[in-house]
Amino acid sequence: MKFGILINEGPFTHQASDSAYHFTKAALEKGHEVPRVFFYYDGVNNANKFSAPQADDRNLVKLWGEMASQHNVDLVVCVAAGMRRGITEDSLAEGFRISGLGQLVEAGIGCDRLMMFGD
Amino acid sequence: MAEYVFETEGVKKTFTFLNRKAPYGTIYALEVLETVLISAAFEQHANIVFVDDGVYQIKKDQDTAAINMKNFSPTYGIIEMEKEDADEDEDMDMVWRIIVEKESMEARGLSPDDFKVEVEVLSSAELADVLEQSDVVIGG
Repeated sequence: MKFGILINEGPFTHQASDSAYHFTKAALEKGHEVPRVFFYYDGVNNANKFSAPQADDRNLVKLWGEMASQHNVDLVVCVAAGMRRGITEDSLAEGFRISGLGQLVEAGIGCDRLMMFGD
Repeated sequence: MAEYVFETEGVKKTFTFLNRKAPYGTIYALEVLETVLISAAFEQHANIVFVDDGVYQIKKDQDTAAINMKNFSPTYGIIEMEKEDADEDEDMDMVWRIIVEKESMEARGLSPDDFKVEVEVLSSAELADVLEQSDVVIGG
């Protein structure tokens, strides 16, 4: 099964990104493909390299980046939603890239399932 | 960074855009609208659905001056134009539907005349069938 993932919430106010991370990890471990994760709405904050949670807390920005490099997951941040929130090339964490909403629609067309995480 | 290239050539899916939130107060309505507009370029089938307070998104005569927010409701006119283009162009295999849930509309004392675009009014049960038949549901 090929899953696309859509994350609509930021990494700390809301559980959505954590749930999406655990879902993606479990899917990959089961042998499914997750070619693309798309970050929209406040979800773009998952790509902020200046995010600095306390040392004893999970760091989702880093976790997503590690997953991208280990499993070739394409982490795409929406350009328009990112610009509203100050997520630009200058603040982009490693493993993420900025592109347009077309990449979300394309994942919807090309994947067997598109999973949405958020309110 | 691993850019992935999807094979989308010739694939036709039904997208349902589920608008559940009031137009202002959160950003969800505006950002779903942006996705709907982008999706037009991919010539997929689309259901643009308004439920719960989402029905207010297409209400006529929105005036946002007092809350200092951008009134983006005129953009729904573009959705109606995309729909008309799709309906009229015989070469274009694209069906767009603009759907309002009857129960949500009635609970808020609204009727189809209150909307700035022409809508299909479906019951909750009929809407469940639309969702069941969708390949992709994107909500906000």
